[in-house]
Amino acid sequence: MASKLPRPVIPTFVALLILGGWEWFVRSGRVSEVLFPAPSHVLAWFWESLLSGELLEATWVTMRRLIVGFAIGAALGVPLGALCARVRWVRDTLGVLALGLQTLPSVCWVPLALLWFGIREEAVLFVVVMGTLWAVVLAVQESVLNVPPLYLRAAQTMGSNGWHLWSRVIFPAALPGVLSGMKQGWAFAWRSLMAAEIFVVIIGGFGLGSLLNAGRELLRMDQVMGVMAVVMIVGLLADLIFFSPIEGWLRRSRGLER
Amino acid sequence: MGNRSATSPANAALTLRNVTKRFDGASGRVTALEDITLDVREGEFLAIVGPSGCGKSTLLSLLAGLEHTDEGSIRLGEQPVEAPGRDRLVMFQQDALFPWLNVLENVLFGLRLKPDLTEAERLESARYYLNLVGLGNKEKARPHELSGGMRQRVALARSLAPNPRVLLMDEPFSALDALTREQLYGDIQEIFTKRKKTIVLVTHNIREAVCLGDRVVLFSPNPGRVQQVFDVNLPRPRRMNDPALAALASEVTAALSSHLAK
Ligand SMILES: Nc1ncnc2c1ncn2[C@@H]1O[C@H](COP(=O)(O)OP(=O)(O)O)[C@@H](O)[C@H]1O
Ligand SMILES: [Mg+2]
Repeated sequence: MASKLPRPVIPTFVALLILGGWEWFVRSGRVSEVLFPAPSHVLAWFWESLLSGELLEATWVTMRRLIVGFAIGAALGVPLGALCARVRWVRDTLGVLALGLQTLPSVCWVPLALLWFGIREEAVLFVVVMGTLWAVVLAVQESVLNVPPLYLRAAQTMGSNGWHLWSRVIFPAALPGVLSGMKQGWAFAWRSLMAAEIFVVIIGGFGLGSLLNAGRELLRMDQVMGVMAVVMIVGLLADLIFFSPIEGWLRRSRGLER
Repeated sequence: MGNRSATSPANAALTLRNVTKRFDGASGRVTALEDITLDVREGEFLAIVGPSGCGKSTLLSLLAGLEHTDEGSIRLGEQPVEAPGRDRLVMFQQDALFPWLNVLENVLFGLRLKPDLTEAERLESARYYLNLVGLGNKEKARPHELSGGMRQRVALARSLAPNPRVLLMDEPFSALDALTREQLYGDIQEIFTKRKKTIVLVTHNIREAVCLGDRVVLFSPNPGRVQQVFDVNLPRPRRMNDPALAALASEVTAALSSHLAK
C-alpha cells in the first residue's frame, strides 16, 4: 500500500514532523531561544532579509566571487593539466606539486592570501582559485592520460594531428573525466570561498560567509542558521541545475549509463 | 599453389624489403618481425595469417606509419612510408569508433580532414558508404546503440569513405559471432569487387584468410617471419563452407603445424 504513495510523500511528512517537533521543543521553553531558535524564527529572518535585499545582495556577491574564481581556476587548470599529460617533466614537477597542494585544505591559503593581497577582493579570489585549480589540473591530466590509445591511432591514420587531434579527439574523449574534475573543483571552491569570507570581511563585498560571521557577532542565531541553510541550498542548486544535467547528458549520449 | 617468388614491384602498391622490428619490453628484447620481404599488388586482397604474437599487428602498424622499422624499408608506390597518411586507412579489431559522435559524424571524421572536398561532397560520400554497408538508416545513431557487427560496418564505411589507396584491417571480425562474421565476409567481398581496393587483412583465422584473400601469407612466430605464400584461385564471392576452400585451409593449417612442430 505504501508503494501506491508518490515517492516525496514520506520524506515530506518526516521533515514536517521533525520541524514541528523542533518548533514545539523551543517554544516549550526548555532551551534559550537566543541560542536555539525555532524554525519559525529562522524563516522570519529569511523573509525579513529577503525583503530588505540584504540576503540577495550577499548571495550575489558570493556567487560572483565563486563564478569568477572558478572560471579562472578552470581556465588555468585545463591547459596546465593537458600540459602535464603531454610533457613528462611537467607531469613530474607541476603534476606532483598539484597532487600535494590538492590535499591542502584551502582555508590554509587564507593567511597567505591576506599577507600577499591585503584585505581585498583579490585575496578572496586567490583562495577560490587555489581551491579549484589543483583539482582541475589533476582531473584533466588523469583523463587525458586515460584516453584509449586506439582512438588516437584511428584518428592519426585518418590524418588528424596537432590541434585537430587535441580538439576533436583527446578533449572529447577526456570530457567525462574533466567534467567530474570540474565538479570536484567547484565543491572545493565553494568550501574555500566560505572560509575566505568568514575571515576576510571586505567593505562593499559582504558575501554569505560575512553574513554568517556577522550573525555570530550580533548573537543572531536565526541569521547563522538561516545563512547556513542558504549556503546548503545554493550548493545543491549548482549541482542540480548545472553539473548533474551535463553529466547525465554526457553519460546517456555515450551509453555509459549502468 | 605453394611457394611463390616476390612479384615485380612494377604493379606493387606496397613494397616491404628486409623489414625488421624489435621491441624492448619488460622481459627483454623481442624481435616482433624479422627480415620480411613482401609485395602487395595494386588491387589485391592480401591476407596475412599466423598465430597470435607472430607480429601481425606490428606489421600493420608499420604499414600504417604508426611505428617505424628498425631495419629495412617500406614503400607505398614510390614513396617511403614514414608517418600515418590518409592513403592507408586502418580498420581495428573493435571499438575504434568515437562514442561522442554519431554514425554519420564518425564516417565524416576522415572526410572532413580532406581539404579539397566541399561539405556537400563529404556528406554525399559518407552517405554513399553507409548505404554500401547497409546502414543508411542509422546515421543518427550513437555507436553504443549498435550491435558489434553494425559497429564494424560503420568502421568499414569510415575507412572506405576517404577513398584510401590501401585499406589495412587488423582482425576486424574476431570479436564478432559466426553469423555476423559470415555476413560481413560477403559485404567485404562485394565491396572489394565493386571498388577494386588494395586490402591487407591480418587474422589468426586460417579459413577467414583463405575465404577473403587473393593470396594468403602464412607467418610463423618467434620471430615473426614469412613462412609460405599461397595463391587462392577460387571464384568470388566465396562461402566459408565451400569444400575447395576447406581443402586449401587445411593445407595452410598443415604447413603451420609442421612448422610449429619443429
Ligand atoms: N609496444 C610493444 N612493446 C613491446 N613489445 C611489443 C609491443 N608491441 C608488440 N610487442 C611484441 O611483439 C610481438 C608481436 O606482437 P603483435 O604484433 O601484437 O602480434 P599479433 O598481432 O600477431 O598477435 C609480441 O611478442 C608482442 O609481445
Ligand atoms: Mg594483433
